[in-house]
Amino acid sequence: MIWSLDIIILTIVLICGIAAISIRDLLGAAIMFGAYSFMMCLLWSIMGAVDVAFTEASVGAGVSTVFFVAAVFRTSRRTKD
Amino acid sequence: MKVLGLITAFCFGGLLFYISFDFPDWGDSASPASQHVSSYYIEHTMQDTSVPNIVTAVLADYRSYDTLFETAVIFSAGLACFFLLRVGERQAPAARFYRHLSTGITFRIEKGGRLPESTGEFERIDSVWVPYDVIIRMTCRLVVPFIQLFALYVIAHGHHSPGGGFQGGVIFGAAIILFAISNNLRQALRRMSEKITTLLSSLGVMIYAGTGMLCIVMGAGFLDYRALSSFLGVDPVTARSHGILIVEIGVAIAVTAVMVWVYYILSSAGRQDEGL
Repeated sequence: MIWSLDIIILTIVLICGIAAISIRDLLGAAIMFGAYSFMMCLLWSIMGAVDVAFTEASVGAGVSTVFFVAAVFRTSRRTKD
Repeated sequence: MKVLGLITAFCFGGLLFYISFDFPDWGDSASPASQHVSSYYIEHTMQDTSVPNIVTAVLADYRSYDTLFETAVIFSAGLACFFLLRVGERQAPAARFYRHLSTGITFRIEKGGRLPESTGEFERIDSVWVPYDVIIRMTCRLVVPFIQLFALYVIAHGHHSPGGGFQGGVIFGAAIILFAISNNLRQALRRMSEKITTLLSSLGVMIYAGTGMLCIVMGAGFLDYRALSSFLGVDPVTARSHGILIVEIGVAIAVTAVMVWVYYILSSAGRQDEGL
Protein backbone atom coordinates (compact mmCIF):
# COMPACT_ATOMS: atom_id res chain seq x y z
CA MET A 1 0.00 0.00 0.00
CA ILE A 2 1.37 3.40 -1.01
CA TRP A 3 0.55 5.47 2.06
CA SER A 4 0.80 8.93 0.42
CA LEU A 5 -1.71 7.90 -2.27
CA ASP A 6 -3.85 6.45 0.48
CA ILE A 7 -3.90 9.75 2.39
CA ILE A 8 -4.80 11.73 -0.74
CA ILE A 9 -7.70 9.42 -1.61
CA LEU A 10 -8.96 9.35 1.98
CA THR A 11 -8.96 13.16 2.00
CA ILE A 12 -10.96 13.25 -1.24
CA VAL A 13 -13.39 10.67 0.23
CA LEU A 14 -13.88 12.89 3.27
CA ILE A 15 -14.40 16.01 1.14
CA CYS A 16 -16.88 14.19 -1.13
CA GLY A 17 -18.80 12.82 1.85
CA ILE A 18 -19.13 16.23 3.52
CA ALA A 19 -20.02 17.88 0.21
CA ALA A 20 -22.68 15.25 -0.52
CA ILE A 21 -24.60 16.06 2.65
CA SER A 22 -24.01 19.81 2.76
CA ILE A 23 -24.72 20.72 -0.87
CA ARG A 24 -28.12 22.29 -1.59
CA ASP A 25 -28.50 21.06 -5.14
CA LEU A 26 -29.68 17.43 -5.02
CA LEU A 27 -28.28 16.67 -8.47
CA GLY A 28 -24.90 17.90 -7.26
CA ALA A 29 -25.27 15.73 -4.17
CA ALA A 30 -25.92 12.70 -6.39
CA ILE A 31 -22.80 13.45 -8.43
CA MET A 32 -20.76 13.94 -5.23
CA PHE A 33 -22.02 10.58 -4.04
CA GLY A 34 -20.84 9.02 -7.30
CA ALA A 35 -17.41 10.61 -6.84
CA TYR A 36 -17.35 9.33 -3.26
CA SER A 37 -18.12 5.80 -4.47
CA PHE A 38 -15.42 5.99 -7.10
CA MET A 39 -12.83 7.11 -4.55
CA MET A 40 -13.91 4.25 -2.27
CA CYS A 41 -13.43 1.95 -5.26
CA LEU A 42 -9.85 3.20 -5.64
CA LEU A 43 -9.32 2.67 -1.93
CA TRP A 44 -10.55 -0.94 -2.15
CA SER A 45 -8.30 -1.67 -5.08
CA ILE A 46 -5.30 -0.17 -3.23
CA MET A 47 -6.09 -2.53 -0.35
CA GLY A 48 -6.13 -5.45 -2.79
CA ALA A 49 -9.87 -6.20 -2.61
CA VAL A 50 -10.34 -6.08 -6.36
CA ASP A 51 -13.72 -7.84 -6.37
CA VAL A 52 -15.14 -5.36 -3.88
CA ALA A 53 -13.65 -2.49 -5.89
CA PHE A 54 -15.33 -3.81 -9.03
CA THR A 55 -18.69 -4.03 -7.28
CA GLU A 56 -18.26 -0.55 -5.82
CA ALA A 57 -17.40 0.88 -9.23
CA SER A 58 -20.33 -0.75 -11.02
CA VAL A 59 -23.02 -0.49 -8.34
CA GLY A 60 -21.96 2.50 -6.25
CA ALA A 61 -20.51 4.81 -8.84
CA GLY A 62 -22.54 3.56 -11.81
CA VAL A 63 -26.09 2.44 -11.31
CA SER A 64 -26.92 4.05 -7.96
CA THR A 65 -25.89 7.46 -9.33
CA VAL A 66 -28.28 6.88 -12.24
CA PHE A 67 -31.04 5.96 -9.80
CA PHE A 68 -30.38 9.11 -7.77
CA VAL A 69 -30.45 11.26 -10.89
CA ALA A 70 -33.68 9.60 -12.02
CA ALA A 71 -35.26 10.20 -8.59
CA VAL A 72 -34.10 13.84 -8.54
CA PHE A 73 -35.49 14.30 -12.07
CA ARG A 74 -38.90 13.13 -10.89
CA THR A 75 -38.97 15.09 -7.59
CA SER A 76 -37.50 18.50 -6.79
CA ARG A 77 -33.96 19.56 -7.42
CA ARG A 78 -33.51 21.63 -4.26
CA THR A 79 -33.68 20.52 -0.64
CA LYS A 80 -35.77 22.33 1.92
CA ASP A 81 -33.24 22.17 4.75
CA MET B 1 -33.32 19.78 15.22
CA LYS B 2 -30.34 20.28 12.97
CA VAL B 3 -28.02 20.88 15.96
CA LEU B 4 -29.38 17.74 17.63
CA GLY B 5 -28.68 15.72 14.51
CA LEU B 6 -25.18 17.15 14.29
CA ILE B 7 -24.45 16.27 17.93
CA THR B 8 -25.73 12.71 17.41
CA ALA B 9 -23.69 12.30 14.25
CA PHE B 10 -20.53 13.54 15.97
CA CYS B 11 -21.12 11.31 19.01
CA PHE B 12 -21.54 8.16 16.96
CA GLY B 13 -18.80 9.15 14.55
CA GLY B 14 -16.41 9.67 17.47
CA LEU B 15 -17.46 6.34 18.96
CA LEU B 16 -16.82 4.52 15.67
CA PHE B 17 -13.49 6.31 15.32
CA TYR B 18 -12.56 5.28 18.88
CA ILE B 19 -13.56 1.66 18.26
CA SER B 20 -11.58 1.54 15.02
CA PHE B 21 -8.32 1.60 17.02
CA ASP B 22 -9.19 -1.86 18.32
CA PHE B 23 -9.34 -3.25 14.80
CA PRO B 24 -6.61 -5.66 13.73
CA ASP B 25 -4.01 -4.19 11.41
CA TRP B 26 -4.53 -4.27 7.68
CA GLY B 27 -3.50 -7.69 6.37
CA ASP B 28 -2.82 -9.01 9.88
CA SER B 29 -2.57 -12.80 9.60
CA ALA B 30 -3.10 -13.21 13.37
CA SER B 31 -6.52 -11.52 13.32
CA PRO B 32 -9.53 -13.74 14.15
CA ALA B 33 -11.02 -13.34 10.69
CA SER B 34 -8.04 -14.85 8.92
CA GLN B 35 -7.27 -17.67 11.33
CA HIS B 36 -9.94 -20.32 11.01
CA VAL B 37 -11.47 -20.70 7.56
CA SER B 38 -9.33 -18.34 5.47
CA SER B 39 -6.33 -20.67 5.44
CA TYR B 40 -8.58 -23.56 4.42
CA TYR B 41 -9.97 -21.55 1.49
CA ILE B 42 -6.52 -20.44 0.37
CA GLU B 43 -5.07 -23.95 0.54
CA HIS B 44 -7.98 -26.03 -0.74
CA THR B 45 -9.96 -23.91 -3.22
CA MET B 46 -7.96 -25.01 -6.25
CA GLN B 47 -8.20 -28.73 -5.53
CA ASP B 48 -11.83 -28.51 -4.33
CA THR B 49 -13.35 -26.46 -7.11
CA SER B 50 -10.62 -25.80 -9.71
CA VAL B 51 -11.49 -22.09 -9.59
CA PRO B 52 -8.41 -19.82 -9.50
CA ASN B 53 -10.30 -16.81 -8.12
CA ILE B 54 -10.82 -17.68 -4.47
CA VAL B 55 -13.35 -14.87 -3.95
CA THR B 56 -15.69 -16.35 -6.56
CA ALA B 57 -15.33 -19.82 -5.08
CA VAL B 58 -16.15 -18.57 -1.58
CA LEU B 59 -19.01 -16.42 -2.84
CA ALA B 60 -20.79 -18.96 -5.02
CA ASP B 61 -19.67 -22.31 -3.59
CA TYR B 62 -18.57 -22.33 0.05
CA ARG B 63 -20.90 -19.49 0.99
CA SER B 64 -23.47 -19.90 -1.76
CA TYR B 65 -26.31 -19.86 0.75
CA ASP B 66 -25.43 -16.25 1.55
CA THR B 67 -25.33 -15.32 -2.11
CA LEU B 68 -28.71 -16.94 -2.74
CA PHE B 69 -30.29 -14.65 -0.20
CA GLU B 70 -28.33 -11.66 -1.48
CA THR B 71 -29.96 -12.31 -4.83
CA ALA B 72 -33.30 -12.60 -3.06
CA VAL B 73 -32.62 -9.23 -1.41
CA ILE B 74 -31.99 -7.62 -4.81
CA PHE B 75 -35.21 -9.18 -6.11
CA SER B 76 -37.16 -7.89 -3.11
CA ALA B 77 -35.66 -4.42 -3.65
CA GLY B 78 -37.17 -4.46 -7.13
CA LEU B 79 -40.48 -5.73 -5.74
CA ALA B 80 -40.50 -3.04 -3.04
CA CYS B 81 -39.85 -0.35 -5.65
CA PHE B 82 -42.70 -1.77 -7.72
CA PHE B 83 -45.20 -1.88 -4.89
CA LEU B 84 -44.29 1.55 -3.50
CA LEU B 85 -43.98 3.59 -6.67
CA ARG B 86 -45.79 1.89 -9.52
CA VAL B 87 -49.04 3.65 -10.36
CA GLY B 88 -51.67 0.97 -10.75
CA GLU B 89 -53.76 2.32 -13.58
CA ARG B 90 -52.09 3.62 -16.67
CA GLN B 91 -52.89 7.29 -16.28
CA ALA B 92 -52.67 9.20 -19.51
CA PRO B 93 -50.76 12.48 -19.20
CA ALA B 94 -52.62 15.74 -19.68
CA ALA B 95 -51.10 16.41 -23.09
CA ARG B 96 -48.91 14.48 -25.47
CA PHE B 97 -46.21 15.84 -27.73
CA TYR B 98 -45.43 14.63 -31.21
CA ARG B 99 -42.69 15.63 -33.59
CA HIS B 100 -43.21 15.55 -37.32
CA LEU B 101 -40.20 13.62 -38.52
CA SER B 102 -39.48 15.32 -41.84
CA THR B 103 -40.07 18.93 -40.80
CA GLY B 104 -39.25 18.83 -37.09
CA ILE B 105 -42.42 20.65 -36.09
CA THR B 106 -43.66 19.72 -32.61
CA PHE B 107 -47.39 19.23 -31.99
CA ARG B 108 -49.12 19.36 -28.68
CA ILE B 109 -52.20 17.17 -28.49
CA GLU B 110 -54.59 17.64 -25.60
CA LYS B 111 -56.26 14.82 -23.76
CA GLY B 112 -58.95 13.26 -25.93
CA GLY B 113 -57.45 14.54 -29.15
CA ARG B 114 -56.74 12.32 -32.13
CA LEU B 115 -53.29 10.74 -31.81
CA PRO B 116 -51.20 10.38 -34.99
CA GLU B 117 -49.48 7.21 -33.79
CA SER B 118 -50.27 4.94 -36.71
CA THR B 119 -49.05 6.99 -39.67
CA GLY B 120 -45.33 6.59 -39.02
CA GLU B 121 -44.57 10.19 -39.89
CA PHE B 122 -44.74 11.32 -36.29
CA GLU B 123 -42.60 10.48 -33.32
CA ARG B 124 -43.79 10.86 -29.78
CA ILE B 125 -41.50 12.95 -27.55
CA ASP B 126 -41.44 13.61 -23.81
CA SER B 127 -43.30 16.60 -22.41
CA VAL B 128 -40.05 17.81 -20.89
CA TRP B 129 -38.78 18.74 -24.29
CA VAL B 130 -35.64 16.96 -25.40
CA PRO B 131 -33.71 18.18 -28.42
CA TYR B 132 -33.15 15.76 -31.24
CA ASP B 133 -29.51 14.92 -30.66
CA VAL B 134 -27.88 12.74 -33.30
CA ILE B 135 -24.48 12.70 -31.61
CA ILE B 136 -25.76 11.31 -28.30
CA ARG B 137 -27.94 8.71 -29.99
CA MET B 138 -25.25 7.50 -32.35
CA THR B 139 -22.58 7.40 -29.63
CA CYS B 140 -24.79 5.36 -27.35
CA ARG B 141 -25.83 3.09 -30.19
CA LEU B 142 -22.15 2.42 -30.87
CA VAL B 143 -21.19 1.98 -27.22
CA VAL B 144 -24.08 -0.18 -25.95
CA PRO B 145 -23.11 -3.45 -27.73
CA PHE B 146 -19.56 -3.23 -26.41
CA ILE B 147 -20.78 -2.62 -22.86
CA GLN B 148 -23.03 -5.65 -23.18
CA LEU B 149 -20.16 -7.75 -24.52
CA PHE B 150 -17.98 -6.61 -21.63
CA ALA B 151 -20.76 -7.52 -19.20
CA LEU B 152 -20.97 -11.03 -20.65
CA TYR B 153 -17.19 -11.31 -20.37
CA VAL B 154 -17.34 -10.23 -16.72
CA ILE B 155 -20.02 -12.83 -16.00
CA ALA B 156 -18.24 -15.65 -17.80
CA HIS B 157 -14.74 -14.78 -16.63
CA GLY B 158 -15.59 -14.52 -12.92
CA HIS B 159 -13.74 -17.79 -12.29
CA HIS B 160 -10.40 -16.35 -13.33
CA SER B 161 -10.56 -12.62 -12.67
CA PRO B 162 -12.54 -10.18 -10.53
CA GLY B 163 -16.14 -10.13 -11.57
CA GLY B 164 -19.11 -12.44 -11.59
CA GLY B 165 -22.85 -12.34 -11.65
CA PHE B 166 -23.45 -9.20 -9.62
CA GLN B 167 -20.97 -6.97 -11.41
CA GLY B 168 -21.73 -8.34 -14.86
CA GLY B 169 -25.46 -8.08 -14.25
CA VAL B 170 -25.15 -4.47 -13.14
CA ILE B 171 -23.06 -3.60 -16.20
CA PHE B 172 -25.55 -5.32 -18.50
CA GLY B 173 -28.40 -3.46 -16.84
CA ALA B 174 -26.46 -0.21 -17.15
CA ALA B 175 -26.17 -0.78 -20.91
CA ILE B 176 -29.95 -1.08 -21.21
CA ILE B 177 -30.41 1.97 -18.96
CA LEU B 178 -27.97 3.89 -21.18
CA PHE B 179 -30.12 2.97 -24.17
CA ALA B 180 -33.23 4.16 -22.31
CA ILE B 181 -31.55 7.47 -21.45
CA SER B 182 -30.12 8.14 -24.91
CA ASN B 183 -33.34 7.32 -26.76
CA ASN B 184 -36.41 7.41 -24.57
CA LEU B 185 -38.20 5.20 -22.11
CA ARG B 186 -40.83 4.01 -24.54
CA GLN B 187 -38.28 2.63 -27.01
CA ALA B 188 -36.52 0.81 -24.20
CA LEU B 189 -39.87 -0.56 -23.04
CA ARG B 190 -40.58 -1.76 -26.56
CA ARG B 191 -37.36 -3.79 -26.51
CA MET B 192 -37.56 -4.95 -22.90
CA SER B 193 -41.02 -4.56 -21.48
CA GLU B 194 -41.82 -4.39 -17.79
CA LYS B 195 -43.34 -7.86 -17.93
CA ILE B 196 -40.07 -9.28 -19.21
CA THR B 197 -38.07 -7.57 -16.46
CA THR B 198 -40.35 -8.99 -13.77
CA LEU B 199 -40.23 -12.46 -15.31
CA LEU B 200 -36.44 -12.38 -15.73
CA SER B 201 -35.80 -11.13 -12.22
CA SER B 202 -37.76 -14.01 -10.73
CA LEU B 203 -36.23 -16.42 -13.26
CA GLY B 204 -32.73 -15.52 -12.06
CA VAL B 205 -33.59 -16.32 -8.44
CA MET B 206 -35.34 -19.48 -9.69
CA ILE B 207 -32.20 -20.62 -11.51
CA TYR B 208 -30.17 -20.17 -8.34
CA ALA B 209 -32.62 -21.88 -6.02
CA GLY B 210 -33.41 -24.50 -8.67
CA THR B 211 -29.74 -25.45 -8.91
CA GLY B 212 -29.78 -25.97 -5.17
CA MET B 213 -32.91 -28.05 -5.36
CA LEU B 214 -31.44 -30.10 -8.19
CA CYS B 215 -28.49 -30.91 -5.93
CA ILE B 216 -30.95 -32.21 -3.32
CA VAL B 217 -32.74 -34.26 -5.94
CA MET B 218 -29.44 -35.75 -7.07
CA GLY B 219 -28.80 -36.86 -3.51
CA ALA B 220 -26.53 -34.28 -1.89
CA GLY B 221 -26.95 -31.20 0.28
CA PHE B 222 -28.56 -27.94 -0.85
CA LEU B 223 -26.23 -26.18 -3.33
CA ASP B 224 -23.62 -28.96 -3.10
CA TYR B 225 -22.62 -28.86 -6.76
CA ARG B 226 -20.69 -32.14 -6.59
CA ALA B 227 -24.04 -33.87 -7.03
CA LEU B 228 -24.33 -32.36 -10.52
CA SER B 229 -21.33 -34.34 -11.79
CA SER B 230 -23.43 -37.18 -13.25
CA PHE B 231 -25.96 -34.68 -14.61
CA LEU B 232 -23.29 -32.58 -16.34
CA GLY B 233 -21.10 -35.56 -17.21
CA VAL B 234 -17.91 -34.30 -15.56
CA ASP B 235 -15.91 -35.13 -12.46
CA PRO B 236 -17.07 -33.62 -9.12
CA VAL B 237 -14.37 -30.92 -9.02
CA THR B 238 -15.30 -29.59 -12.47
CA ALA B 239 -18.95 -29.94 -11.52
CA ARG B 240 -18.39 -27.46 -8.69
CA SER B 241 -16.76 -25.07 -11.14
CA HIS B 242 -19.68 -25.44 -13.57
CA GLY B 243 -22.20 -25.12 -10.74
CA ILE B 244 -20.65 -21.76 -9.84
CA LEU B 245 -21.06 -20.63 -13.45
CA ILE B 246 -24.73 -21.69 -13.57
CA VAL B 247 -25.44 -19.87 -10.34
CA GLU B 248 -23.59 -16.75 -11.51
CA ILE B 249 -25.68 -16.69 -14.67
CA GLY B 250 -28.81 -16.81 -12.52
CA VAL B 251 -27.53 -13.93 -10.39
CA ALA B 252 -26.65 -11.94 -13.50
CA ILE B 253 -30.13 -12.38 -15.02
CA ALA B 254 -31.82 -11.36 -11.77
CA VAL B 255 -29.58 -8.34 -11.21
CA THR B 256 -29.88 -7.11 -14.81
CA ALA B 257 -33.66 -7.34 -14.75
CA VAL B 258 -34.01 -5.69 -11.34
CA MET B 259 -31.72 -2.79 -12.29
CA VAL B 260 -33.70 -2.10 -15.46
CA TRP B 261 -37.01 -2.57 -13.64
CA VAL B 262 -36.09 -0.14 -10.85
CA TYR B 263 -34.86 2.37 -13.43
CA TYR B 264 -38.12 2.14 -15.39
CA ILE B 265 -40.16 2.77 -12.25
CA LEU B 266 -37.95 5.53 -10.80
CA SER B 267 -37.41 7.54 -13.96
CA SER B 268 -41.07 7.56 -14.95
CA ALA B 269 -42.43 8.09 -11.41
CA GLY B 270 -44.20 4.74 -11.69
CA ARG B 271 -46.15 5.57 -14.86
CA GLN B 272 -43.89 3.86 -17.40
CA ASP B 273 -44.87 6.44 -19.95
CA GLU B 274 -42.43 9.33 -20.04
CA GLY B 275 -39.01 8.87 -18.57
CA LEU B 276 -35.64 10.49 -18.20
